[in-house]
Amino acid sequence: MDKLGQHISQQFDEELEDIRNRVMTMGGLVEQQLSDALRALGDIDAELAEVVMTNDYKINAMEVAIDEECVQILARRQPAAGDLRLVIAVIKTITDLERIGDEAERVGRMALHFAETGGESKMLVGINHLGEHVRGMLHDALDAFARMDTDAAIDVAKQDEKADRSYESILRELMTYMMEDSRAIPNVVDVMWSARALERIGDRAKNICEYVIYLVRGKDVRHVSMEQVEAHARSRHDD
Amino acid sequence: MNTEATDVQEGNMESAAPRTHAINIGDLGRENTAAGQGELDIALNVTELDLYYGEKQALKKIELDIPRNRVTAFIGPSGCGKSTLLRCFNRMNDLVDNVRTEGQITLDGEDIYSKNLNVAELRRRVGMVFQKPNPFPKSIYENVAYGLRILGIKDKRRLDETVEKALRGAALWDEVKDRLQDNALGLSGGQQQRLVIARAIAVEPEVLLLDEPASALDPISTLKIEELIYELKDKYTIVIVTHNMQQAARVSDYTAFMYMGELVEHADTNTLFTNPSQKQTEDYITGRYG
Repeated sequence: MDKLGQHISQQFDEELEDIRNRVMTMGGLVEQQLSDALRALGDIDAELAEVVMTNDYKINAMEVAIDEECVQILARRQPAAGDLRLVIAVIKTITDLERIGDEAERVGRMALHFAETGGESKMLVGINHLGEHVRGMLHDALDAFARMDTDAAIDVAKQDEKADRSYESILRELMTYMMEDSRAIPNVVDVMWSARALERIGDRAKNICEYVIYLVRGKDVRHVSMEQVEAHARSRHDD
Repeated sequence: MNTEATDVQEGNMESAAPRTHAINIGDLGRENTAAGQGELDIALNVTELDLYYGEKQALKKIELDIPRNRVTAFIGPSGCGKSTLLRCFNRMNDLVDNVRTEGQITLDGEDIYSKNLNVAELRRRVGMVFQKPNPFPKSIYENVAYGLRILGIKDKRRLDETVEKALRGAALWDEVKDRLQDNALGLSGGQQQRLVIARAIAVEPEVLLLDEPASALDPISTLKIEELIYELKDKYTIVIVTHNMQQAARVSDYTAFMYMGELVEHADTNTLFTNPSQKQTEDYITGRYG
């Protein structure tokens, strides 16, 4: 599974290339939404937060359109082997991308509330850090998908553990603000929900990496240990 | 007949990985059965089979196991040798001039190319159905009873019973029970093909060879034949040659991909169509061959 082209039917080549390109476009939009949401939260920018909230519909529409195209390819082309795995990987990837979009929207909503209720920036130190980390994961996961690069996919999947640890540390930090001053609780909850959303984005970026390994190697690596994922990803057919 | 061997196309498929000519017994030798994991019972075994039409080599060192009571499909481009290999199993190739076969094929452990083997008996045990339905210009009843009469069965009641059983087995009984004495050539193409299958199973073979059995039929008749294949595998070992890859994917348990006289890959059908191990197989089943 190293290239899409060279079908006898050029039309089929174009259709597969098209869904792949559209996933990348959708991925770009989701990345933009996440960046904006993080900036809205970090800069306490209510206006930008509203932009994020209103833009989510674009991502949803793209998911529906790509899904539709995948169904048509399945019905009309009956793809096999690597082609089949590409269509399946695309269907799964866009589901996770759409959810990442929803999480970004949630961060935007929390950012708006945080700004409107006078949240303080000292609460945001940890979450800015986590946000940058998962944004990087998403970017690298999409990059691995575009290049069908299993090594890169593994590197991204491994970073999810750091996101989980960072999330737990943020929770501990936020507890202390709540204990210090109960009036801060509404704002702490905004940050907590945002941290939760970002942690989930890390999980979903990792999912996308698992689909890349499925696409390239034909091995389903969901729900297995990181060591096994690496073994599968490195396995070659001719070993 | 030997156009099969001569119109081999020079494809532009690169071979990236070393080929496996044989099934890996370790992979195919066991499978999940209703009762759990079990050893596969092998009906036909092919060892180092070479076949030549005159100077031209049509099959090259074929190594293959055909599991009993399973459907095995042969796929590959025209001229790859899949029909030639199928015809080895009932020694149909004996009827072609200048054919030379080397290597061994066994049915239930018995060498079918052995000199003292009764070829007529072999062909009773290994029935065959061709691309174009070929009923005899006789009544429906006589078509099915034909093989039984050759076996010397004269008892009317026994003939009646066997004909009915074979027609039911071929999912044709309900459509023809009221007109068994009509000429078989009056049936539709799909019905004729099921009649020919009834004729083949009337003599209770162990193996059924199907050479493109549905390629001359309309989609509905094709689905009926495929449904029939699914039902027949309880009783028979079925080997099917097909150009239609979706058909191979639908009906078979195991699939063998052949290319230019060689067996490139043989695996369980799910694996072969979702994650083939050979690049040539992938190129062929995804439509990149050409």
